[in-house]
Amino acid sequence: MITSPLKIVFFFAICIICTLNSVIAQTENMVTVKGGVYIPLYGVDSTAVKVNDFLMDIYPVSNNDFLAFVKKYPQWKRSHIKRLFADENYLVLWNDDNTLGNQLKPNSPITGVSWFAAKKYCECQGKRLPTIDEWEYAAMADDKMPDARKKETYNQYILEWYETPKSFNNSIGSTFKNYWGIYDLHGLVWEWTLDFNSVLISGESRKDVDKDSNLFCGSAAVGASDLMNYAAFMRYAFRGSMKANYAVKNLGFRCVKDLNITP
Amino acid sequence: MNIIKTLLLGAVIVLSSCNKEKKQEEVAVSESKSKENSASISELSIYNLPSVWTTQNNKKLELKELKGDVLVMVMIYTSCKAACPRLVADMRDIEAKIPDSKKDNIKLLLVSIDPETDTPERLKKFSIENKMSSDQWLFLRGTKSDTREFAAVLAVNYKKISPMDFSHSNIISVFDQKGELVHQQEGLGVNNKETVNKIIELAH
Repeated sequence: MITSPLKIVFFFAICIICTLNSVIAQTENMVTVKGGVYIPLYGVDSTAVKVNDFLMDIYPVSNNDFLAFVKKYPQWKRSHIKRLFADENYLVLWNDDNTLGNQLKPNSPITGVSWFAAKKYCECQGKRLPTIDEWEYAAMADDKMPDARKKETYNQYILEWYETPKSFNNSIGSTFKNYWGIYDLHGLVWEWTLDFNSVLISGESRKDVDKDSNLFCGSAAVGASDLMNYAAFMRYAFRGSMKANYAVKNLGFRCVKDLNITP
Repeated sequence: MNIIKTLLLGAVIVLSSCNKEKKQEEVAVSESKSKENSASISELSIYNLPSVWTTQNNKKLELKELKGDVLVMVMIYTSCKAACPRLVADMRDIEAKIPDSKKDNIKLLLVSIDPETDTPERLKKFSIENKMSSDQWLFLRGTKSDTREFAAVLAVNYKKISPMDFSHSNIISVFDQKGELVHQQEGLGVNNKETVNKIIELAH
């Protein structure tokens, strides 16, 4: 594939530059989430899932951040993106390729991006999208404790937000700082996850899933054990209804990074 | 030569995903130089995916090398005991209904959702055991990330539910010569008349 020594040098130079880039970028505006074991709402037989330590962005990616990204990688601009990677709602509220729409603030979370675009954004920062388990694990925390799922007030907060329209217009950092030092996991926008397509509970997929057809069918929400599951159920159902090219007005993202090198 | 190999290996290991982007750009540049490649890939084509796969014969394969053929695709994993044997049977049944005269223009692909387990050797063995070793059949294995992305394109959902088992949607997808998705068959052991007709019609 690569023949001339010049090319190899070039190739290698690129990788050093990029590695440096990502090393510098890696911990800025990120905090460590200490891993552990938790029982997700929707898993296999409600067994505990192990989550490793990881770094998570303190804030969701902002309009401004994403603007800088498309300027650097023009193939992700609204008029350039391939339809395979995003439907026609992609950045639909922007005026054009390089300007946010009037109703969007630079410091509000980016929304209207497909999974492909979100994934690529994180990769270009030397990061990745969080898995569902990582996201859910970090988002169990309220401002005081790592797992606040049993707190009625906390669930009330989340459910009330789900009923609030247009919260995507608020600024990043305008909700509360959680136990890990992370903002806006609840209260601003829904967020893409790396393996959003591992959810097998959407209406469409029920019939073609072989093993879990009895799990969460029909009476799923009703059968959930308590109120704390209801908000989570909505998130899983939402993920299950997404396709990777969908761009949705209240769906943004943030990035994470594995914590394999302790600085 | 060994030094070069080591360098390259180093490069590949050090390369983070951002470099994939760079590489992609390089590819894009070289593509625009040789116009016949890039100009003919349509917006909705899966040939826009940059991923590189490994076949059951341990050969590297970029999807766009398949351009010009009608593709019938399914995602499976070889250690599967439940749905996959039936999905495989469904694929074989489709293949059996395609007239020989058309077969040269059709490829049947089985993409592993368990690339950790499904090595090329394992895929090869599976293809032989399941009498899918003629030239029409391709078994592909990619990185975990590319596999997740590919599933996203096919709207196939899957989840690892134990070290050996995955839960997944059962979907057989048909792509035309340009790599655009034209038909999907959902479920197991369903009537495949429509799927077969579509393939034959496309393969003209």
